[in-house]
Amino acid sequence: MNFQAVKSIYSFEMARFFRTLSQSLISPVLSTSLYFIVFGAAIGSRIEEIDGVSYGAFIVPGLIMLSVLTQSISNASFGIYFPKFLGSIYELHTAPVSYLEIVLGYVGAAATKSALIGLVILATAEFFIDYEILHPLAMLAFLALTCISFSLFGFIIGIWSKNFEQLQMVPLLVITPLVFLGGSFYSISMLPPFWQTVTMFNPVVYLISGFRWAFFGTSDINIGLSLAMIAVFMVICLGIIGWTFKTGYKIKT
Amino acid sequence: MSSIVSIENLSKRYDSGFEALKSVNLEIQEGEILALLGPNGAGKTTLISIICGLVNPSSGAVRVGGFDVVKDFREARSLIGLVPQEIALEPFQTVYDALRFTRGLFGKRHDAGLLKSILEKLSLWDKKDAKTMELSGGMKRRVLIAKALCHEPRVLFLDEPTAGVDVELRKEMWEVVRQLKEDGVTIILTTHYIDEAEAIADRVGVIRNGELLLVEKKEALMQRMGQRQMRIELIKPLDAIPEALARYNLDYSAEDRTLTYSYEANGERTGIASLFADLSKAGIVLRDVETRQSSLEDIFVGLVEDKS
Repeated sequence: MNFQAVKSIYSFEMARFFRTLSQSLISPVLSTSLYFIVFGAAIGSRIEEIDGVSYGAFIVPGLIMLSVLTQSISNASFGIYFPKFLGSIYELHTAPVSYLEIVLGYVGAAATKSALIGLVILATAEFFIDYEILHPLAMLAFLALTCISFSLFGFIIGIWSKNFEQLQMVPLLVITPLVFLGGSFYSISMLPPFWQTVTMFNPVVYLISGFRWAFFGTSDINIGLSLAMIAVFMVICLGIIGWTFKTGYKIKT
Repeated sequence: MSSIVSIENLSKRYDSGFEALKSVNLEIQEGEILALLGPNGAGKTTLISIICGLVNPSSGAVRVGGFDVVKDFREARSLIGLVPQEIALEPFQTVYDALRFTRGLFGKRHDAGLLKSILEKLSLWDKKDAKTMELSGGMKRRVLIAKALCHEPRVLFLDEPTAGVDVELRKEMWEVVRQLKEDGVTIILTTHYIDEAEAIADRVGVIRNGELLLVEKKEALMQRMGQRQMRIELIKPLDAIPEALARYNLDYSAEDRTLTYSYEANGERTGIASLFADLSKAGIVLRDVETRQSSLEDIFVGLVEDKS
């Protein structure tokens, strides 16, 4: 195992994060702050409590997830796409590194970045809304699992993308709707029965529900099921990455 | 000398069906500079891409320092440095960080002294904190070389190091290559310039259409390649070549009124001066004179004919 290489990729990716701090940190923090002001403070005060939680607090986990998912995907996809675009990916092929080390480096860095962003947003929320975290360790674990699995997903998009458009399309066209319809701003039980069933096919529902459970101890979906769904998603991503590297699909001729 | 890279029956067929390499065999000696000469699309880049791990071989095997490049890729790649044809650098990274990154990828700890000596050797030390996008084209190429050297490889591959580079920079590249050889690095470079192979290589391999036509010591090859031709255009047509000029083996084309004289460019005596003297003695008046090197294409044709 070439740990030095993992460290090298990881710190190189993190260096880019800090180099572009305004882009990588300030913009998600700013946009979530706006959500908190509008939905939490302004409109939220006129909405009833959901499951005994004030509306402002209720949307905190969902908003964090919204940022964390988009950030995981865009960080990880960009991280591996950019060297491909520049041509500097030749270095990864000619260095004594295995695919596992490449994935650890890139996905590890992307997951770290989005987890940091998630935590910063959580801290930002303190300024606008009062909330308590009932199960802090579970919250961290959920956050970590989500960051890792969606960074894996982003890595796949980065490898498969042929251009910048494709790179942006999945987060924009798939993730944003899934998160908005995944119960960030409402409880699933508020939906008509038909739409409740449809919602169950949205993987993000399980993430947000589980994450919310860690905050407030209540959730739409059983916590065990939420965990299982993340695990399944992660295994699928790992499988696809493994297959991609093994066959050299989109990577090697 | 022992061979450090050994290539056995290496073939590459792309999915499109294109055969980029056809059963190539080659032994590269430790410490030599080998130039792979051939026109664009001959298979030069494919060959070194396979050795370096960028492309998977279809069949055959490559061993570097005794390690198979596919099975023992970690050991083999640790011995190899590659300078790619295209400039591919992370634009916002500093030169120094770029080197640290590469050294790390090769599993080696940071070594400030080594990086300093590499950067100094390539006259980049004062640019170490510059972002790579701020550098000139020549400097970027040198950064690529520095990156390829920072894990202390024993074999260095340079893919078209002087393609699209101005004359001065070419000379500078050659100097760098010579210096590396002195440090004991084995160097394989691809080129489509004959004079480049001539200037720096110890041995030259000629590739065409995926086949390695021959590998020879430079001197021997240059002898064969060094044919020059002089076309002498005449004012008046000739009926026949005068007897006095018979020893020059001239070809006469009545159509465009030219005599063609072939001679060895590398020979001690080209015979040009005496030819001119004899021409004027014979009363032949010249209109124009043109000399040309036999082109790479001519030489390839010649080599292929020699083989068959």
